[in-house]
Amino acid sequence: MDAIDRAIINKLQKGFPICPQPYAQAAEEFGISEEELISRLQAMLDDKRLSRFGPLYNAERMGGGLSLCAMAVPKEDFEQVAEQVNSYPEVAHNYARDHELNMWFVLATETPERIDQVLGEIQAQTGCPVYNMPKKQEFFVGLHFEL
Amino acid sequence: MVLSDTEQRLIGLIQDGLPISRRPWAEIGQQMNLDEQQVLEQVRSLQERGLIKRFGLVVRHHELGYTANAMVVWDVPDDQVQRVGKALGRHDCVTLCYQRPRRLPRWPYNLFCMIHGKDRERVLDIIEELVEAEGLQEIPHEVLFSGERFKQRGAKYL
Repeated sequence: MDAIDRAIINKLQKGFPICPQPYAQAAEEFGISEEELISRLQAMLDDKRLSRFGPLYNAERMGGGLSLCAMAVPKEDFEQVAEQVNSYPEVAHNYARDHELNMWFVLATETPERIDQVLGEIQAQTGCPVYNMPKKQEFFVGLHFEL
Repeated sequence: MVLSDTEQRLIGLIQDGLPISRRPWAEIGQQMNLDEQQVLEQVRSLQERGLIKRFGLVVRHHELGYTANAMVVWDVPDDQVQRVGKALGRHDCVTLCYQRPRRLPRWPYNLFCMIHGKDRERVLDIIEELVEAEGLQEIPHEVLFSGERFKQRGAKYL
């Protein structure tokens, strides 16, 4: 990863031009050609440093449901429960954390009602209680990784 | 439904990422029988209505070396949660800061923030600095580092 790759990552996390040739416009800022930006991005996607060029949606305005959920899963059942939880396409990401509540996942559903439905199913399937902790108030969101 | 059929189609086509090609919107348009300009109008309208918060590069932070990912949770008296939430959110090291419901008796914490760093020791130092800077010594907190990651992808809507 060289200075140009780092500059690309730092800058384009913050936003991306919405125009007919966005890569050409973005490339100008880095002093490289459109082709070079495209090939650098492709290389970083291929080796999995980048996830995607994507929109970040406002789940509430989209009319969907969004929540952070936690479970206390016995160690010996952990893998099986992770598999059951992850089988739901609504589970956006799932992390093990070192706490009595040891499995934490984000649920993003097409409707708000679907949250309780999925959590009810997960609870029934796994026998582990699920704690639903939807956001009550947002103080700051600035998920950005400086390199 | 707040989305038209065309918008739903568009969101479905870009949710795994915009094509990395010279005319990405024209490519999307071909799959929707729209021209490039019409697709761009749809995207701009989604942005203006606040449905798309931001369009940008999404990194895999683990692969970039941000492997110490701490969720710091605080049990803040309800009448102080505004002040503490705003104060924590102002620090550069805090990437997300939310108030969430307690789930008593098992879970007493009502304020959650994320700190992403490259090693655990450093992240713990940063948390100590936060406690000092904001005078949070009396407020119970716990640090939950992430272990294994089982799944990471953007939320799917359609």
